Amino acid sequence: MPTRLPALLALSLTAAPALAQDVTDFTLENGMEVVVIEDHRAPVVTNMVWYRTGSADEPPGESGIAHFLEHLMFQGTNTMEPGEFSSTVDAQGGSDNAFTSYDYTAYFQRVAADRLDLMLSMEADRMRNLTLSEDIVANERNVVLEERSQRVDSDPSSIFSEQQRAAQFLNSPYGIPIIGWRAEMEQMDRDDALRFYRTYYAPNNAVLVVAGDVTPDAVLEMAKKHFGKLEPSDLPVRLRPQEPPQLSERRMEYADPRVAQPYVMRSYLAPERNPGDQQKAAALTVLAEYLGGSPTTSVLARALQFGPDAPAVYTSAYYDGTAVDQTTFNLAVVPRPGLSLDDAEAAMDAALDQFLKGGIDPEAFARIMTQVRAGEIYARDDSDGLARRYGAALAVGLTVEDERDWPQVLQSVTPEQVMEAAREVFDKRRAVTGHLLQEEAAE
Amino acid sequence: MKMLRHVAALILFALPAHAAVDIKQVTSPGGITAWLVEEHEIPFTALEIRFQGGTSLDAHGKRGAVNLMTATLEEGTGEMDAQGFANARDSLAASYRFEAGTDSVAVSARFLSENRDQAVDLLRQALVAPSFEQSAVDRVKGQVQSILQSDAQDPNAIAARIFDTETFGDHPYATSGNGTADSVAALTRDDLVAAHKAAITRERIYVSAVGDISEAELGKLLDDLLGDLPETGAALPDAAPWNIKGGVTVHDFPTPQSVVYFGHQGIKRDDPDFFPAYVLSEILGGGRFTARLMDELRGKRGLTYGAYAYLAPMDHAELLVGRFATANATVGQAIDVVREQWSKLATEGVTQAELDATKTYLTGSYPLRFDSNAAIANILVGMQMEGLPIDYALTRNEKVEAVTLDDVRRVAARVLRPDDLHFVVVGQPEGLEQ
Repeated sequence: MPTRLPALLALSLTAAPALAQDVTDFTLENGMEVVVIEDHRAPVVTNMVWYRTGSADEPPGESGIAHFLEHLMFQGTNTMEPGEFSSTVDAQGGSDNAFTSYDYTAYFQRVAADRLDLMLSMEADRMRNLTLSEDIVANERNVVLEERSQRVDSDPSSIFSEQQRAAQFLNSPYGIPIIGWRAEMEQMDRDDALRFYRTYYAPNNAVLVVAGDVTPDAVLEMAKKHFGKLEPSDLPVRLRPQEPPQLSERRMEYADPRVAQPYVMRSYLAPERNPGDQQKAAALTVLAEYLGGSPTTSVLARALQFGPDAPAVYTSAYYDGTAVDQTTFNLAVVPRPGLSLDDAEAAMDAALDQFLKGGIDPEAFARIMTQVRAGEIYARDDSDGLARRYGAALAVGLTVEDERDWPQVLQSVTPEQVMEAAREVFDKRRAVTGHLLQEEAAE
Repeated sequence: MKMLRHVAALILFALPAHAAVDIKQVTSPGGITAWLVEEHEIPFTALEIRFQGGTSLDAHGKRGAVNLMTATLEEGTGEMDAQGFANARDSLAASYRFEAGTDSVAVSARFLSENRDQAVDLLRQALVAPSFEQSAVDRVKGQVQSILQSDAQDPNAIAARIFDTETFGDHPYATSGNGTADSVAALTRDDLVAAHKAAITRERIYVSAVGDISEAELGKLLDDLLGDLPETGAALPDAAPWNIKGGVTVHDFPTPQSVVYFGHQGIKRDDPDFFPAYVLSEILGGGRFTARLMDELRGKRGLTYGAYAYLAPMDHAELLVGRFATANATVGQAIDVVREQWSKLATEGVTQAELDATKTYLTGSYPLRFDSNAAIANILVGMQMEGLPIDYALTRNEKVEAVTLDDVRRVAARVLRPDDLHFVVVGQPEGLEQ
């Protein structure tokens, strides 16, 4: 049971033990990891199978294949018709979907807790028994091309981010879009998809996360029954092209007639969370919150959004360290009407300089820590969200302990560590600064 | 002192009984009613408040006033300016969200048990006595203008706006609740004060709370938080006209993929045929791969990433609308498919297998929605706004189960009118006749 929180008193600012979550984990003999997050308030369960493979694991020239395979995983096995997976979940009143990222691909269902066994049996089936017809592959390729049109090509900010990421990473596959470059997507075929499937879809490359009204014993039993019989695969070592030293600042512009709101976005190369070594990522997480987390009180908001001639309408800072390789720390500034992007960028840099010189306001820092601590209470209302946190962490090579410790690591961050992380990460030689502009119709 | 009055209605789902959601109606000493689910496992409370009316209460010529007012509620009260207010809120680790919708202003709050009184008092100050200080109004105005600019270049927003403009005449529904660049620029602090008086009152208020709070505590909270609000506000607008006719409108927009927004008049929430119509709309345009539009446009033809249609019963109009996006070259083909499915369902109805599968899905998925304090609070306040009884959750699945094949056929013939379908296409579609 969740600890019934004497720790709550510790919302005052003394260090408190992390709030316990009911998280249990074990590993099957074939290497499949299982995580169970108990929440018995409603008879509902989230079932997730995470594969430790994503777009950054794709072979050169086959961008988009990880995501394409994700779509095809709904298109039938030796014993299930195309579409039968989802219609079976529907018939149980459940919902199901999947998502692909750089480092992982995850499949999930939300169902009544007593339907979990059926979900596990179907997930185990499609882990090993996918069959695909050429017709289905051709149709689904059109679907993902339309998806690319909808998500990226119809949205100038998405095109801009895609170009910016490509400029940020000199060698890492993180510079390639998850959905793929269109020309390579058009070439994706059945063999490519099945090759990727056979290489990476295996119990020893998967993490089962079950959250909700279940007991660890019951999940273990079901997991053994359905996944335990699957043979592990020989997996390729997850060694990807790494970033060389980045020595040259990059600047870019993208102009599009569809742009309504020009803005400046800067990304800096930044370290990721590592097993047993999350302090720096925690400091960067707090830094992002301190610089841009609140539209009213963050450093950038106060410096750029207030006062008579405030240069910005919006500001933000973003960092997520849950990744296999080096990731990015992002800043964005939307200027007030009439102010040039150059001036907006200059104002942003001035605010950063001032922050680096002036340091951290202890009261503002304390408020962030209060929210970090309370965030763990609120997080318990969302077992689905907890499942995603644990799944993503394990999929990038962190451990259950790392994820369990993470709130505590965040709370142990000191202002000095935040400043040190800021000085290290804010190096323009490792940054890309992009201006998204409205292309004038006359040009 | 008046005693706390309350009625309890025990709501048990057909699914496992240990998940019973026990919904109680609480009436405060001051006469404010709320629905409550006590859930003491996690030491916080989720609170949802709705002020019916929303942006439709904008005074003539003041479009965007309710939205700007709502967005400025958290920008200072009493001695606190915007930053002071945010600091006070963050020190309590509370969160408040203020959102102006077409038919209501929504206030969503969550706060810890340990400092509940302070968190509620801070929220009260924002709701009852917002400063609307000029510099805050100007700053938020800039943010609203930025959203308006983005919407002006967003094909989805453009399509819906064209549809609404052609449909709703001079009713507030015809224009964006955010206002226009001109109307927002012209709004003054006095307009915000007036919008506040019009929209944030006890006249049409709905409240739900889920979490670590007792009936007595909630009763006191209701009076503390809302007791100082004025009794009445502005009158609701009349029913909206329906002017749009069947056809196609193309709006030229430089993009490789067109967005298509389409629909015709729908059915009222309290219509006796609502449940058959709801089941029908799920079969036609639900998000599942087996739904007709999804299957025909995506599954069979690969024309789109997703196609949907749904009933949207609002307070002053009812819609049956849908959307999809497809390559410019295939817009004509995709629209033909939608028309064809519309006609097919209107004349032939659905199959028994479709009906059975859809009923199983709808009845099975309903209890799954009640899975967190925040979700349950949202559902409860929504039920109240729709005028549903407190035991609705008990009877809702029976109403779905009761829908027969004949019901769906009859209602499909009544509700689906292929000739009335209007398609708004934003993009550069090829070979499409307007």
